[in-house]
Amino acid sequence: MDLDRLIKGGLIVLVCLWMTVAVVFPVLELLVRSLSNAQGEFTGLANFSRYFRTPALAGSLTNSLTVSLITTMVSVSLGFLFAYALTRTAIPGKTLFLGIAMVPVFAPTLLNGIVLVYLFGKKGVVTTGAFGLLERVTGMALRADIGLYGPVGIILAEAFYTFPQVVLILSIALRMTDARLYEAAQSLGASPWRSFISVTLPGIRYGLISAVFVSFVLCFTDFGAPKVVGGNYNVLATDIYKQVIGQQNFSMGATVSVILLIPTVIAFAIDRFCQGRQQAVVGTGSVPYSPRRHPLRDALFLTYCIVISCAVLCFLTTAFFVSLVNVWPYDFTLTWKHYHFHDTGGGGYAAFFNSVRMSFYTALLGTCLTFGSAYLLEKLQETPLLRRIGYFLSIIPLALPGLVIGLAYIFFFNNPHLDLPFFPAGIPNPFNFLYGTMGILILCNIVHFYTVSFLTATTALKQLEKELEMVSESMGVPFYRTCFRVTVPVCLPAILEIALYYFVNSMATVSAVIFLYSAEIPLASVAVANMDDAGDVAPAAAMSMLIVFTNILVRLVYTLLTRSLKQSAQAWTAP
Amino acid sequence: MSKPSRFILHSLYAAVVLFASVFHPLAEAAEVLVYTALEDDQIPRYLESFKQQHPEIQVKIVRDSTGIVTARLLAEKANPQADVVWGTAATSLLILEQEGMLEPYAPKGVERILPQFKDTAHPPRWVGIDAWETGFCINTMEMEKNKLPAPQSYADLIKPEYKGHITMPNPASSGTGYLTISAVLQLMGEKAGWEYLDRLHDNIAIYTHSGSKPCKMAGAGEFPIGISFGYRGIIQKQKGEPILTVFPKEGSGWDLEANALVKKTAIKPEAKVFLDWAISEPAMKEYAKSFAIVAAPTVDPVPEGFPKEPMKQLIKNDLHWAAKNRSAILDEWTRRYGAKSEPKK
Repeated sequence: MDLDRLIKGGLIVLVCLWMTVAVVFPVLELLVRSLSNAQGEFTGLANFSRYFRTPALAGSLTNSLTVSLITTMVSVSLGFLFAYALTRTAIPGKTLFLGIAMVPVFAPTLLNGIVLVYLFGKKGVVTTGAFGLLERVTGMALRADIGLYGPVGIILAEAFYTFPQVVLILSIALRMTDARLYEAAQSLGASPWRSFISVTLPGIRYGLISAVFVSFVLCFTDFGAPKVVGGNYNVLATDIYKQVIGQQNFSMGATVSVILLIPTVIAFAIDRFCQGRQQAVVGTGSVPYSPRRHPLRDALFLTYCIVISCAVLCFLTTAFFVSLVNVWPYDFTLTWKHYHFHDTGGGGYAAFFNSVRMSFYTALLGTCLTFGSAYLLEKLQETPLLRRIGYFLSIIPLALPGLVIGLAYIFFFNNPHLDLPFFPAGIPNPFNFLYGTMGILILCNIVHFYTVSFLTATTALKQLEKELEMVSESMGVPFYRTCFRVTVPVCLPAILEIALYYFVNSMATVSAVIFLYSAEIPLASVAVANMDDAGDVAPAAAMSMLIVFTNILVRLVYTLLTRSLKQSAQAWTAP
Repeated sequence: MSKPSRFILHSLYAAVVLFASVFHPLAEAAEVLVYTALEDDQIPRYLESFKQQHPEIQVKIVRDSTGIVTARLLAEKANPQADVVWGTAATSLLILEQEGMLEPYAPKGVERILPQFKDTAHPPRWVGIDAWETGFCINTMEMEKNKLPAPQSYADLIKPEYKGHITMPNPASSGTGYLTISAVLQLMGEKAGWEYLDRLHDNIAIYTHSGSKPCKMAGAGEFPIGISFGYRGIIQKQKGEPILTVFPKEGSGWDLEANALVKKTAIKPEAKVFLDWAISEPAMKEYAKSFAIVAAPTVDPVPEGFPKEPMKQLIKNDLHWAAKNRSAILDEWTRRYGAKSEPKK
């Protein structure tokens, strides 16, 4: 028993250790820089007071809050309806719908920007009514200028980007439920609405809070969309871009990054508060919920899912079309030539396969690390303080823009010496060997996408009663056996979703890895950025489409391979 | 050994094996790591003659836009990775110089480089290879549709008919944006310069975050006039976009693409070989195919689309003045135009 406790404690320490190296040290580096001037001298809060005296700040802050709040409302409501349709109704084609809903994270955000401009920009298909074609055919002025450049564009792009993440978290929360509660509600004569309010919502409260939190923070910290479609609408995240990339002022960049962390810390406090009251939904005696047919409801939800899916597919089709067209919007000859990558830079197909390799390793290692950490922090009883710290550290990465993670990783991992508090001379940096290898790219991706994966895992784990562990412990079954025999199989859908999430995001991400890739390891997403930079929009779209197709393929393989696996491991959920 | 600890040992072992397979040792052959902001499609063409002359040296390239390359170099200051910086904005190299990150080195043939295109110190800390200058990218098809003549000068840009048709890079985000602002201030003097910028601001539809973006937007017809740089417009025309590149009558602001040796504990002899080659005759001939102005005069004709006497197009630009006053100018710029957040109608 004592050995068991020791191992458990040790494992939690291990979790905190790896989070310390991957999150705390880089963030500390950031804090130190925000308190120093460009020459590295300590200046206290001078940067903060300078930033707060900038007249543009108040505007940026209000703008950031406004777009983030609206985006969150939009994407959580849309995402909730979608996730609800996938888990609680009897509509056909759920797997397909879920697959389509994930598409927005399959593509580099740059592609989202390109497509938005081509659809809604001044010369966009929608703005000009398919270049006047609709007007000629129908005789009506079928065109609409939505005023893309500004808050409208940002909200549209961010809602599109955060939607899949919301669906992911909410559908896992909704899937885990106890049918007995609904039976009880029904037999007590509760109306469907009443049982929705008093059974469904409380049951997914944790997932709902996570979804709100994730979409708010993602939107608050992302600079990709505001950079492309934000026009003159300043937000905090683009302020970082201006400081770091425009003026190479790392101190001010770090200062704004620290300011960006504040809402995350507040959100964390709220999250802890709510979580304290959370009850497990799925207990040892649970009966899985399986939706019964309800023609009207199902028809409505089916229509809704089709509408959303069509919007996503329309987006994808446009992107594919862009990659095939000779010169948009002046020469619509179709050609495959943009897929050759002969006369463009960025590394072509070599870069593409590097990305596949990197994403595979990230998915593999990331999933083990994330689920393992989430399990240990959530299910073990030992060292509550350490677990709380570990939990907090797991939330931090979400608030770090990729750009900031990339730079912090250079500062920390490239430095041959570590300056530690009690070693005035510093010690050789034991992690320096990672720099310039694929290892740092993988670690960076794991950390960059850690929080959403972690929340997904935690959401799934929370819905299993702690009773399970207690019972097995009292019967002398070691915790790891309970974990592998019960917890992992039950959480399998969540685990697979996490692996997929890591893979597709690592394929598509640019912001962090652009600082870390080495000459030997060019990456596809960086090639997209470089080709777009060189004005080769069509080849950039072509490379993006390769990334999208790979992700779709992986998604298909995942669906096929896991269907049987799920059936055997999740037999308990069958009616 | 008890069961749980054996299980954990095995898992750890598996994890280590898996993790180790991810790294491969860095080769230590004769190689030189080059950071550059040159255009991606130019690099293979430029490097051909180097490969012929020095097949024994392996050149490894990390290419990104100017802002990213500079940020990366500065971030790696504690343990510099790059051996050489090639074709990166001189204003960026001035920042590296201030940080003491450059090793003075006079490449072979440095005397052929025109004096205004290299560092004044001996030996120089950086040496220019070509110059790029402010140019307006104008979408001729859209201008025809709107029945607007192409603006020929800075003075034309503030005419009311261009209102809402112009984009330019935000100087706080982009070096190209800054060189144009600094050119206006140097040409007209501070007072008249800011008054001009006030009026220009009224005509600007949006400020972008990259220097090439205004030209790309012009090419796609989004906003027909983009204040960008000359090379950009000319290359887009070659790709089939209806772009006319206009060099402002009053003269263009400019910056250099320049090379430097990175200061690190072990400076490789190959790095110097590379820098020697990078200003040699064959290299200059290749640069001259893309740029009207190269740092060592060649007899090659100016590429199509550039002014016939490109040197006359350049304003008298004080790079050091521009570097020294940068943060003051950007503060003033941001104070005047940055806080205005609503997109203009």
